[in-house]
Amino acid sequence: MGPDQILFYVLGGVAVVASLMVIGQRNPIHSVLLLIASFGGLSGLYILLDAPFVAVIQIIIYAGAIMVLFLFVVMLLNVAREDTEQDERVHVQVHRGSMRLGAVLAGLLVVELVWALASAGTLGGTFGPMAGLPAPVTSVHVIGQVLFTRYAFPFEVTSILILVAMVGAVVLARRETPRPAAGADAAGGSEERPAF
Amino acid sequence: MVTLNQYLLLSAVLFAIGALGVFVRRNLITILLSIEIMLNAVNLTFVAAGRAFGTADGQIIVFFVMTVAAAEAAVGLAIIIALFRHRESLDPDAFTSLKW
Repeated sequence: MGPDQILFYVLGGVAVVASLMVIGQRNPIHSVLLLIASFGGLSGLYILLDAPFVAVIQIIIYAGAIMVLFLFVVMLLNVAREDTEQDERVHVQVHRGSMRLGAVLAGLLVVELVWALASAGTLGGTFGPMAGLPAPVTSVHVIGQVLFTRYAFPFEVTSILILVAMVGAVVLARRETPRPAAGADAAGGSEERPAF
Repeated sequence: MVTLNQYLLLSAVLFAIGALGVFVRRNLITILLSIEIMLNAVNLTFVAAGRAFGTADGQIIVFFVMTVAAAEAAVGLAIIIALFRHRESLDPDAFTSLKW
C-alpha cells in the first residue's frame, strides 16, 4: 500500500466520519465545525488529485466564508439545541416511520451508486490507477485561461447570480418595519429595533 | 495506487450521507449543511474525473458549483432567518401553512 493510498483512506475516512457526525449532532454549532473538518479532508483529497487550486478555494471560500456565514446565522438565531428533550421524544415517536424510510432511501442510494460503478467496471469502463493518466492540469495559469476564454459567458452569468443572491438575501432577511412617517428621523426609528 | 473508482465510491458515500441528513434531520440549518455535503461530494466527482481525463474542465466546474453553493447558502440562510422570526422554530414541520 503506497503512501498515496494511505493518505486517500485517511483523508476519505476523515471526510466520511466528519460528515456522519454532522448529521448526528444535536447542536448546530458542532455540526458546522465538523463540516469544516470534513471540508479539510476533501481539500487534502483535492491535493492528492493534483488540483491545488481547488484545494485552496475549498478552504478559503467554503470553510472560510460559507461556513462562517452559517456560524453567524446559528449564533444569531441563538438556538443552541434544536429541541428540548421532551420535544425530542415526541418527535422521534411521530417521525419514526419517516426517519426509517429516509434511512432506507439513503442506503438504497449507496447500493445503487455502488452497483452503477461496479457494473461500469465489468463492462470494461473501469479506470486504472491515477498514475498512468494524462498529465494533470495543476497551474492556476491554465485554469484561468480556460475560465476566461471558453467559460467566459458562464463566468459573467455567475456574477449576475451573485448579485441577485446578495440583493435577495438582504431583502429576505430585512425586518419588515412599518414605513416611518414623513417627519420621523433615523434616531426615532432605531428605538423600535428588534432584538436581532 | 488509488483508482478513479475509489474516488467515485467515496463521493457516492458522501452524497448518500448528505441525502440521509436531508431525509432524517428535522432542523433547517442541518438540512442546509447536508445539502453542502452533497454539493461537495459532486465536486469530488468532478475533480477526480477531470484528473482522469487530464483537463481543466473539472476544476472549473467546481469553481461554478462553489459559487452557486455560496449564493444558495446566502439566500437559504436569509429565508431561515425570516422563517424563524415568524414561528420561533427551525423545525420544517412548523411551516406547513401552504400544505393542502
